Amino acid sequence: MAPVMDSDLVRQSAATLSAAMQAGEVTSVQVTEACLARIEEVDDKVHAFLHVDRETALATAADIDTRRAAGAELGPLAGIPLALKDVFTMRGVPTTCGSRILADWRPPYDSTVVERLRAAGVVILGKTNMDEFAMGSSTEHSGYGPTHNPWDLERIPGGSGGGSSAALAAFEAPLAMGTDTGGSIRQPAAVTGTVGVKPTYGGVSRYGLVALASSLDQAGPCARTVLDAALLHEVIAGHDPRDSTSIDAPVPDVVAAARSGDVRGMRIGLVRELGGEGYQQGVRQRFDEAVAILTDLGADVVEVSCPNFEYALGAYYLILPAEASSNLARFDGMRYGLRAGDDGDASVEEVMSRTREAGFGAEVKRRIMLGTYSLSSGYYDAYYGQAQKVRTLIARDFAAAFEQVDVLVSPTTPTTAFRLGEKLDDPLAMYLNDIATIPVNLAGNCAMSVPVGLSPEDGLPVGLQIMAPALGDDRLYRVGSALEAALVDRWGHVLTEEVPAL
Amino acid sequence: MAAITRAEVEHLARLARLELTEGEIDHYAEQLSAIVDAVARVSEVAAQDIPPTSHPIPVTNTFRPDVVRPGVDRDEIAAGAPAWEDDRFRVPRILGES
Amino acid sequence: MSGSTAITRMPFDQALQSFEPVLGLETHVELGTASKMFCGCATEFGGAPNTQVCPTCLGLPGSLPVVNAVAVESTIRMGLALHCDIASWCRFARKNYFYPDMPKDYQISQYDEPLCFDGYLDVVVATDDGPREFRVEIERVHMEEDTGKLTHAGGDTGRIHGADYSLVDYNRAGIPLIEIVTKPIVGAGSLAPLVARAYVTELRDLMRALGVSDVRMDQGSLRCDVNVSLAPAGEPWGTRSETKNVNSLRSVERAVRFEIERQAAVLTDGERVVQETRHFHEDTGETTPGRSKEHAEDYRYFPEPDLVPVAPSEDWIEQLRSTLPEVPSARRARLRDEWGISDLEMQTLVNAEALELVEATIAAGVDQGAARKWWTGEFTRVANEQGVALEDLRVTPAHIARVEALITDGSLTDKLARSVFEGVLAGEGDVDQVIAERGLVVVGDDSTLMSAIEQALADQPDVAEKIRGGKVQAAGAIVGAVMKATKGQADAAKVRTLLLAHLGVEE
Ligand SMILES: [Mg+2]
Ligand SMILES: [Zn+2]
Repeated sequence: MAPVMDSDLVRQSAATLSAAMQAGEVTSVQVTEACLARIEEVDDKVHAFLHVDRETALATAADIDTRRAAGAELGPLAGIPLALKDVFTMRGVPTTCGSRILADWRPPYDSTVVERLRAAGVVILGKTNMDEFAMGSSTEHSGYGPTHNPWDLERIPGGSGGGSSAALAAFEAPLAMGTDTGGSIRQPAAVTGTVGVKPTYGGVSRYGLVALASSLDQAGPCARTVLDAALLHEVIAGHDPRDSTSIDAPVPDVVAAARSGDVRGMRIGLVRELGGEGYQQGVRQRFDEAVAILTDLGADVVEVSCPNFEYALGAYYLILPAEASSNLARFDGMRYGLRAGDDGDASVEEVMSRTREAGFGAEVKRRIMLGTYSLSSGYYDAYYGQAQKVRTLIARDFAAAFEQVDVLVSPTTPTTAFRLGEKLDDPLAMYLNDIATIPVNLAGNCAMSVPVGLSPEDGLPVGLQIMAPALGDDRLYRVGSALEAALVDRWGHVLTEEVPAL
Repeated sequence: MAAITRAEVEHLARLARLELTEGEIDHYAEQLSAIVDAVARVSEVAAQDIPPTSHPIPVTNTFRPDVVRPGVDRDEIAAGAPAWEDDRFRVPRILGES
Repeated sequence: MSGSTAITRMPFDQALQSFEPVLGLETHVELGTASKMFCGCATEFGGAPNTQVCPTCLGLPGSLPVVNAVAVESTIRMGLALHCDIASWCRFARKNYFYPDMPKDYQISQYDEPLCFDGYLDVVVATDDGPREFRVEIERVHMEEDTGKLTHAGGDTGRIHGADYSLVDYNRAGIPLIEIVTKPIVGAGSLAPLVARAYVTELRDLMRALGVSDVRMDQGSLRCDVNVSLAPAGEPWGTRSETKNVNSLRSVERAVRFEIERQAAVLTDGERVVQETRHFHEDTGETTPGRSKEHAEDYRYFPEPDLVPVAPSEDWIEQLRSTLPEVPSARRARLRDEWGISDLEMQTLVNAEALELVEATIAAGVDQGAARKWWTGEFTRVANEQGVALEDLRVTPAHIARVEALITDGSLTDKLARSVFEGVLAGEGDVDQVIAERGLVVVGDDSTLMSAIEQALADQPDVAEKIRGGKVQAAGAIVGAVMKATKGQADAAKVRTLLLAHLGVEE
């Protein structure tokens, strides 16, 4: 490898930058400045960031450089810049969740994820755009305008974590944080040619992650390479006593798995119900090619059936709105954030209603209404209660499948990135984007999306989803890095190298 | 066809504290009906005797020791409050009683 | 809307001739944990506003609850003491409704899966035919969190209605509550108000005995919702009213009585009882309507996804069972025997809510007879006059111990002791402060007494002569004069002893 100093810093992986920093070839301040300059240069077009904290980022970088120079023991991601989805609280830094209702809110506390990133010496560049309260698959539902896909600025970068995926594909940051409730890490990764992982539910603390649907939400790493994702995964994962649902068990060795990339003898299942009809031709083609590569690499590929996955979308759009309607009740204009219509005469009920009407966007209101409906008396058993039974059935499907195979694979999304505005007025069409990613959230296990090439029809990235059992996160990295290595070998570079110049 | 009426939409909006416009009420009546129709397939498993899952990972008994820890700085929460008076959050007049 | 509207009532005895009351009691008690239900904030009473808060109890975005282990243990122990079954697996639920004192706009509570269920509590009420035991069946015992405190400002100050705005202090938000719900209490008849009071009293004593709460009623740490309905003789239950936040033992009794009288009048008039929430007014003893239940909130309960299920193991439950102290009824029997008093005397102490106070007073070194005398006599009278609970008087067991010690060493007479307590009750300070302020000390100083004696002898030389001559009974005139001179503050016996010694006369 040529010395990093001679190449474009912003295009390097976190692992490469880390090695270069440790070798004294580059400083964190240099890398951070390069990222900040890149943001300055391209973010007008991409709009990945809602807030850039230049001073703090540079101060952190300088501090890491000082400590490194003094011989301090630093972790592998010390000094590496990162783009943080605006759904994580960070003390004193604006945290909007893409919503107007939190336009000026500066939390008085750090999320556990931020605490761990700080402790690891990661340089947080700023906060990235997202669909309002993570409701969406396109980042068009942000209260601050959409993010554009660097592959084609007329197209969506995925959602809800479109700011984070776009920041990676636009080379504004080598690492990003996302959250995945029904695919909000994996779908943006797929449509931007990047890597995104939804860890096992309870694997990463939700403390300080502004909740969409508590039983589905999970924070995870976003990167341009599988190894980078693993390095970030290792930093953020692990038990947190402040999150009751956090798993008190050792984190699987995801970094070793990513470094190994050996799938010989692994049993891989193709989910019959995720693929075929409704999936774009080019998506299927790239997926099939990738599966062939895995077979070539020595994996044992079989087809498995998960018959109840067909109910997943319905169950998801009952459970998610129900939990969301309750989680979002607190945005009532009483303690923080926007307050609207307080003319001194209006009652508290009126002010709450006016605040929520003014502060929430259409998709948020739609889901709050839907959730209120499915929980209301008379409907609970038919909707929410049934959806919870479906959840059990889906978990059973996964359990049965993992009796036969080590991991399951499917296309991450049915199509490549669609055009901005294309599905904005058709919520049902929008919801279908998550058809392949939702089952994992319902069952609580883990999954990754890795890029497997460009769809021949439109030249846009295609993602392959790998699904593993709960606490089997290392399997994702093993399969993902095997595939990545084979493809990089074929292409001569990672897929994002093909992103057109902005 | 689960037709959600305007009256139901208004009731839901009141429960959810959303002051919807007339246009929004019509719009949501139509959209919610369509969405509920689409998701109502879950009732196909209705007859089956299946335990519901509320929590994806079967963890139980997560407790915290009864130990006092420092909270947040009052000035910081005051700075974020829409209205603050006499060390407390100021809220509009309350009509109903809980 | 205070209790000034003319509400028609039927005399209690008459009401009971036509109707059978059915009661239901929902009691919320703050647990005595150091930290809150779901966060590490202090629970201490009386802190400066919004100083005992954190992201979790303020409901800040991103915050999460974690259950306080001691709150769970306290609830299980309470359930065991109430002979409940303990759930082997249960979940918390969210109760969704908007209110500015509730930071998340939902309350974390339990819904259809309470931690403890199906128990009972035996209570004793005094009747004309002697004590009668009554079994109150317990439906459920569950955990939940308290809300913040609202202060209403502007307009008709202090009241929610007509206020211009309100202020919220969230120090209390998230304090652990235990809610105990009875099954319908039927068959109490005219004893219903007393049964209600005895039940709440017994619950309070049980909590104190278990050490799960000190139940400070003056700080609002016990709140009772009183449901009353009347069944016309031989007919199914009628519509109930729910009187919210009845906060003292006496008020529980009065609220039940009032609702019986009110509903009897409504039904007798051929009208129907409205299912509604009512408010109790301490000043008038009346209840007035609150929000009508016809527009009942739809709370949209669902399992709390941020908390994992509670699944106490058999071992854990048995270990907690082994920590249960003596229950109040057993304790009463034991104390009765230890003090050598009768059932009736014990019942008097219980009725006067003086048992704990008497026990504490005896523990402070006072003789049981004296301890009982003060609490059930003088202090009960004062408490009744002032309309407050005995325990809320300013006098404490330590005060009684001090006074009794002063009586024993002759520094106070019984009469002076009453005056001392009068001062203590009036807030003039502790025993020694009152004595100093009011100048109540027995004149025990020999030289002071001696000069008074010499003065009396000089004033009545003939009497002095008689005494010297052996007529000891004549001493009374001199003692009387000394007592008069010292304004009754001298110890007469001591004066007599000093006088005779001074004159060199044998008794
Ligand atoms: Mg309650
Ligand atoms: Zn707190």
